[in-house]
Amino acid sequence: MASYHGNATRMELTRLKKRLTIALRGYKLLKDKRDELMRRFLNLVRENKALREKVEAGIRAANQKFVLARSGMTDEALHVALMIPKQEVYLETETRNVMSVDVPVFHYKTRTSDPNDIYSYGFAFTSGDLDGAVKSLADILPDMLRLAECEKSCQLMAAEIEKTRRRVNALEHVMIPQMRAGIRYISMKLDENERSTQTRLMKVKDRMLEDAHHYSEREVEIITDEA
Amino acid sequence: MYKLAVMGDRDSICGFAALGMEPFPVTDPARAAGKLHELAEGEYAVIYITEAIAARIENEISRYHEAGLPAIIQIPGVSGNTGNGIREVKRSVERAVGSDIIFGNR
Repeated sequence: MASYHGNATRMELTRLKKRLTIALRGYKLLKDKRDELMRRFLNLVRENKALREKVEAGIRAANQKFVLARSGMTDEALHVALMIPKQEVYLETETRNVMSVDVPVFHYKTRTSDPNDIYSYGFAFTSGDLDGAVKSLADILPDMLRLAECEKSCQLMAAEIEKTRRRVNALEHVMIPQMRAGIRYISMKLDENERSTQTRLMKVKDRMLEDAHHYSEREVEIITDEA
Repeated sequence: MYKLAVMGDRDSICGFAALGMEPFPVTDPARAAGKLHELAEGEYAVIYITEAIAARIENEISRYHEAGLPAIIQIPGVSGNTGNGIREVKRSVERAVGSDIIFGNR
């Protein structure tokens, strides 16, 4: 344990004691924060994992359909078909405060409300597989946005948990023991000073009484009388 | 009002354009990194990026992990799923908890 370097004074002792109570309170709060963050993080991460699996499966299915579509039409025709999109998606973002972490919340809006506006091409010159491919992507769009929200929140919370955990550990294993050791050191030093003052005073008193009453001479007289 | 961007090779991302996301076809890592920063500065809240490109500009992406926006999300491309996306989630669990307790040994 690191020894305390500082003035062993009563003022220092009160200061340290005050700091210790604050540190203890902070430690308790931070520990609660860490536990709650962790609980929410784990729920979120489970959701994140499920969403990711779903989205990845969805994209894989859509890609398979795209490959089919591509086999049915020329590359140029495909690119031309998808070149000018009819639909646009916008995001409104808010932030939600989860245990002092600002996590994003997305609300998405499409430019037009017609769900058929995802098809930016005429159906005459494109293969039917392309419709299926685009449709299957459109179906997973809400999940993709939720995934974005979820994954970003996870990243932010992971960073915050790491920070909080370090703070908790620093308080628990460094700051609080150091302060306790400091307080112990100072109070022992003060006690020791007090004892030495006490003994010095007793000595001084003895000497003053000796000067006033000459006890030792009298003791000698008594001894000689008895003899 | 934010927009959605999707980055990657042309074949992987052309479908997303139909949904109204903005496609940015890139294949060269250096150009992709530049584009990513440009998009992140711009009005994009979510940037979807194919795992193939993301794997080559990992450092650039990790810079945005602790920033509020944009969210950079990896998606599989046409060439298949490399498992990088789920690994990213796993990494954040490891970061928060200290070890991976959700995914097991995968």
